[in-house]
Amino acid sequence: MKAAPDVDTRERELIRRVQDGEQEKFYELIKPYERRVFTAAFAVLRNAADAEEVAQEAILKAFANLRQFRAEARFSTWLIQIAVNEARMRRRKEHADMMEPIGEHTDEEGSYTPREFPDWREIPSEALERNEVRELLLQALAALGSKYREVFVLRDIQHLSIEEVSEALGISRASVKTRLLRARLMLRDLLAPRIASGFFSREPFEKGNKPW
Amino acid sequence: MVAVNCEQVWLQISDYIDGDIDSTVRPAIDGHLKECPRCASVLAGTRNVIQLYSDERLFRVPLGYSWRMQRRLASSMRARRGTARGWVVAFAAMALVAGTLALSNSRGVAPAMKSAHSQPGSHVPATLAVWITDHGKVFHIEGCPFLKDNDNPHAVTAKEAIEEGYVPCVRCLGEYVTRLAQAFTHKATWAGFLAAR
Repeated sequence: MKAAPDVDTRERELIRRVQDGEQEKFYELIKPYERRVFTAAFAVLRNAADAEEVAQEAILKAFANLRQFRAEARFSTWLIQIAVNEARMRRRKEHADMMEPIGEHTDEEGSYTPREFPDWREIPSEALERNEVRELLLQALAALGSKYREVFVLRDIQHLSIEEVSEALGISRASVKTRLLRARLMLRDLLAPRIASGFFSREPFEKGNKPW
Repeated sequence: MVAVNCEQVWLQISDYIDGDIDSTVRPAIDGHLKECPRCASVLAGTRNVIQLYSDERLFRVPLGYSWRMQRRLASSMRARRGTARGWVVAFAAMALVAGTLALSNSRGVAPAMKSAHSQPGSHVPATLAVWITDHGKVFHIEGCPFLKDNDNPHAVTAKEAIEEGYVPCVRCLGEYVTRLAQAFTHKATWAGFLAAR
């Protein structure tokens, strides 16, 4: 997804002004991407508190290294790249003893057979208003191996293009596509049995509809 | 027309959804999906996954995230700007603190500690989501008529607001406390009633 040209022009102007010493313009520059930086860090770390700390570190690093930013790259991709690298460093340092999520070492090219579930055709639009549904989605995401989770978050949650994901994560376009396919299918396998079997159709408790 | 089997469809389902597929293969997959309920179910489920996760409501940044980021950035900018001047200020501050300590020690009597209850905001739960503005000195709860959108409010926790020196708004938080007290009295009355039975 390409940004509108006026966004790029505005960004370039802001970058030039910060580089020329108008430091306070930096916040204006990163404001539209704050959320993305957090989500990218969260994709790697699976923990909101760590993700926030890493997001702050990444933004400070971007500020300190703005001179190294090359105009031919996209600013948002550059920021996300910094956030992903910072988060990976943190994970290496602190999470060496953590349990490995599923699929971490599975063969990307290996064959896949979908599991059979009742049909899961529709999603009511209010689904995400319910905390239990949000929790379920976040748990399923956390259960993915990091190489799949990172690609999925950048592509399907942050809507980066295949090219941008490949740049941000430092992997080939072919790997992005293979991991994305795997991630989507694994999430479908994790979620369909819960959601398709009437997760959404449960009636809320009302008068005369109590379970006791 | 090229024929495809189930496994080939699964391998290309992601590209198929993204519309990134060879135009010679697409009709074959379309045809297969019409005939094969299993593959159609995989397609529907995978599409649902993408739709659910692309919703902005899924990821919520922590309360006060934006505000803390802005503050951290501002303090890092200040640190970079005034390192030299900072040393002078730091020395002056240290001298002042040392002087004050010496003076208070020489008086011999420690000042009485203030009661926790006399601190502004001590009755507000620490984790309550509240709103502050850059220029104000008061914090509010959602929907307070004294909070204007064009003041660029930030959401933080009550604890953070109090630590920053903000005090509770008399209008919204006054009402909040009154209502809380009423609810408590109500509960206490019921508890007494039940205990008496």
